[in-house]
Amino acid sequence: MNAATRATAGTAPTVPYEELLTRYEPVVGLEVHVELSTATKMFCGCATGFGAEPNTQTCPVCLGMPGALPVVNATAVESAVRIGLALNCRIAEWCRFARKNYFYPDMPKNFQTSQYDEPIAFDGWVDVEVPANEAGGEAFTFRVEIERAHMEEDTGKSTHVGGTTGRIHGADYSVVDYNRAGIPLIEIVTRPITGAGERAPEVARAYVSTLRDLMRALDVSDVRMEQGSMRCDANVSLMPTGSTTLGMRTETKNVNSLRSVERAVRYEMTRHAAVLDAGQAILQETRHWHEDTGITTSGRPKSDADDYRYFPEPDLVPVAPSREDVERLRATLPENPAERRRRLQDAWGFTDLEMRDVVNAGAVEVIEETVAAGASPAAARKWWTGVLARRANTDGVAVTELGVTPAHVAELDGLVTSGRLNDSMARQVLDGVVAGEGAPAQVADARGLELVQDDGALQAAVDKVVAANPDVAEKIRGGKVQAVGALIGQVMKQMRGQADAAKARELILTTLGVEG
Amino acid sequence: MSETTPTDAGRDLTRMTAVQMADAMAAGETTSEELVQAHLDRIERLNPALNAFLLVDADGALATAREVDAARAAGEDLPRLAGVPVAVKDIACTQGLTTTAGSRMLEHFVPPYDATIVTRLREARMPILGKTNMDEFAMGSSTEHSAFGPTRNPWDLERIPGGSGGGSSAAVAGFLAPLAIGSDTGGSIRQPAAVTGTVGVKPTYGGVSRYGVIALASSLDQIGPCARTVADAALLHEVLGGHDPMDSTSIDAPVPPVVESVAGASAEDGSLAGLKVGVVKEIGGEGFQPGVQQRFDEALEELRALGAEIVEVSCPHFTHAMAAYYLILPSEASSNLARYDAMRYGRRTTPEDSPSAEQVMAASRDDAFGDEVKRRIILGTYALSSGYYDAYYGQAQKVRTLIARDLEAAFGQADVLVSPTAPTTAFRIGDKLDDPMAMYLNDIATIPANLAGIPGMSIPSGLAPEDGLPVGIQLLAPAMEDQRLYAVGAALEARLARAQGGPVVDRLPEVPTTAPEVPGARHTPGTAGTHTEEVRA
Ligand SMILES: [Zn+2]
Repeated sequence: MNAATRATAGTAPTVPYEELLTRYEPVVGLEVHVELSTATKMFCGCATGFGAEPNTQTCPVCLGMPGALPVVNATAVESAVRIGLALNCRIAEWCRFARKNYFYPDMPKNFQTSQYDEPIAFDGWVDVEVPANEAGGEAFTFRVEIERAHMEEDTGKSTHVGGTTGRIHGADYSVVDYNRAGIPLIEIVTRPITGAGERAPEVARAYVSTLRDLMRALDVSDVRMEQGSMRCDANVSLMPTGSTTLGMRTETKNVNSLRSVERAVRYEMTRHAAVLDAGQAILQETRHWHEDTGITTSGRPKSDADDYRYFPEPDLVPVAPSREDVERLRATLPENPAERRRRLQDAWGFTDLEMRDVVNAGAVEVIEETVAAGASPAAARKWWTGVLARRANTDGVAVTELGVTPAHVAELDGLVTSGRLNDSMARQVLDGVVAGEGAPAQVADARGLELVQDDGALQAAVDKVVAANPDVAEKIRGGKVQAVGALIGQVMKQMRGQADAAKARELILTTLGVEG
Repeated sequence: MSETTPTDAGRDLTRMTAVQMADAMAAGETTSEELVQAHLDRIERLNPALNAFLLVDADGALATAREVDAARAAGEDLPRLAGVPVAVKDIACTQGLTTTAGSRMLEHFVPPYDATIVTRLREARMPILGKTNMDEFAMGSSTEHSAFGPTRNPWDLERIPGGSGGGSSAAVAGFLAPLAIGSDTGGSIRQPAAVTGTVGVKPTYGGVSRYGVIALASSLDQIGPCARTVADAALLHEVLGGHDPMDSTSIDAPVPPVVESVAGASAEDGSLAGLKVGVVKEIGGEGFQPGVQQRFDEALEELRALGAEIVEVSCPHFTHAMAAYYLILPSEASSNLARYDAMRYGRRTTPEDSPSAEQVMAASRDDAFGDEVKRRIILGTYALSSGYYDAYYGQAQKVRTLIARDLEAAFGQADVLVSPTAPTTAFRIGDKLDDPMAMYLNDIATIPANLAGIPGMSIPSGLAPEDGLPVGIQLLAPAMEDQRLYAVGAALEARLARAQGGPVVDRLPEVPTTAPEVPGARHTPGTAGTHTEEVRA
């Protein structure tokens, strides 16, 4: 690190957010890398699964062995075209890969095969919905312009062992896992986002969130920010209010959650303002975002000396998607996620808050399928965003990866509405399904979970509880129907939970001669 | 081991052509094991002087030979060249066999995979004798830039065998192998063929897979056959050629009918009637050795006798070919060679005082790369730099387009083009080592074919009167028309042999078993204060 970068490292001075907005207009640019979920890598046949033993998913091509040559993954190109189309981009009729030359141990060839001045998709836009905020700001829609979406390959992953920072400086040694080297990436770059004012950090977050939804709907990526299959670099600069000249920007890396996108942009705005207020110049550099402390620190200074010596990749032939192929792919595009959400929310009768929970749980599709399989929207939402979402969160998997299918949930809902199971029994059955014990009815049978259907036993319990609580019974007869809850609880206790609470309620009221 | 390898019939097996070897095995007159052993014996006797082979895989070659012999005995249907030994330039990866590319960097590199062309040799059941010497990473025209010492020309041990594929051409010319693989980026198959009196072919770009062949300049490199006759070259070309899904630039079309074209060739008057042969005005004349020009002019006369019409064509942009080539090649090479950083494989030099990865890379590259490699990496890095790209790499690509257009126009007037392959016969080892420009000028006639991606062939046109050394004539054809080279080459070869009283290779003098000391032979020194080790994958 040189002296200039050290001066801005650590806890830099900042200006209060509301104050800076009186003098500066923020400009944000976002570069989002999306790892495609193709079965094989960008330029070789190696598998792409996450979490394999280090360096087991490699071959001469992705290890940069002498003589090895790349071959473009056609599925990755299709995904890139579909992403481009979904972002309202123009699709290149002819484009090439280039070599980005620089030396780094996690890059086997010491050049990255990437698109440079001929991206496969360019000149697009996407509308993002920015929700209302706590400060009273209203929800609004903002159009983000897309400069380009291009294909490239990922690098290997370096781990620096020893030292204190986990960074390469001061490490005793480093190890590199090349399983990630060559995984297909799509880099999506926005045009500078201006005019969002104080809502700029929220627009940034909403944009990344929209991209995530879009990638999910396209089924082209896992888009797990925490696993790095979607990564965001945020460029931030400030212009004095009224100016049209872009200020010097910094590029903040390692912004790996939606919340962080918003926080990092906000933090950089406050830091820039302090530097500019002090009459100093913003240093063009990359900065690292620290989730725990909520600040950025100086990384590598950028300069004109960064020269990647791009030139067209001579080992690959140009990519030239035919117009017929583009139209064929356009026909495979899913409904726009925002429009689709609005349509489903109306159909299901969910509140905005409920719908946001569903979206955040990644459960739109499964709820749709569960409803199609016969469950009520409310029940489908209750199970998927409740117990199943919590379980998925604990296990660190997607809600769709629990082994529970929409058909299971619909079946479970059927068992509840038919009166065979009550809520707590249904939860136990669901545990069994997650544990792989079979479909809900099977699990219920195997675990002996079934509500007592014998009205005689239930009536006996009701009679006993009514007799034991004359005061409460009198209140209910007197019109305080809500007091019935206390009696239901006792009846359920008598029945050891093996009873339908609604049925118990009905019987209590009938016994007391009150209309439910 | 015996001095020579006579068979029962009293023949020296190594003097046969590949076609003769294949026929003799098919007729039961010899076996692959006998053939391989005869070549191994000659390699053992002459390689210490020639340094054509960097590695001899006697066990592997004999094992393949015995398998072929057993299969033949069992009545199996075998490929045409099954059992015919072959040498492979040390630029093609051979699984389990050290592959150095002539560089200290890869001195002990054992590839984990076979190049596609090596797979095809194995599928053709050809015993691989070993790996041949070359200029480091194929950068050179003399094999003097090999980190493992120069290869000597069998015609005169004090002279170079051409480059970069001098090892392959010397092996073929010296009867150490009937066939060899070469790679041609700017003439590395054709120029060595010319100065050793052998046949060398650079196929159409994309005609032979480059997968597993260590890249020099990706858009120029092409793999091809080295042989003593056009017919032998055609058979090997057919083995090597054809589409490879592992190489994106490989042409998805059948191999041109090269063997068929040779079969139809004849030395009789009028056999090439109707053929138009273009002489490129811009290649030849000044800077070309008189004996080279003389043999070329005589070859034109033979072509006329065969019925061809000789026309003069002009390719005005050829004058810029050298400049464009020496921008495009170093640019691509600087990037292709970046992977040799001693991180995953190769020779690692670790400076003292706990260096960073970057410092280890720099020290290793500084230590293991030779001067010519460094020179071209620096040139290429400069040419690709921002601010210079348009003026250098960009302009060079424009020249490349203009050269391709020149050739297109020329092929509108002529079916094939001809020129001397190299300006001179083999020069003395050390003569041009300190003058890169003089060295580069060796490839002036061969470079345009690489820039345009068209096929080219060099066949012997005789010996230069002034020094008695072989001279080559180059034939060029339009892309994907490789068979034209073979049709014309085979006819001319037969005609010249008739006129000169036999093929050039048969006039090779006895090769001495020891080589004289020559000035200028170099080796890469280690760097003091460092520690080197091999990185194993
Ligand atoms: Zn791979």
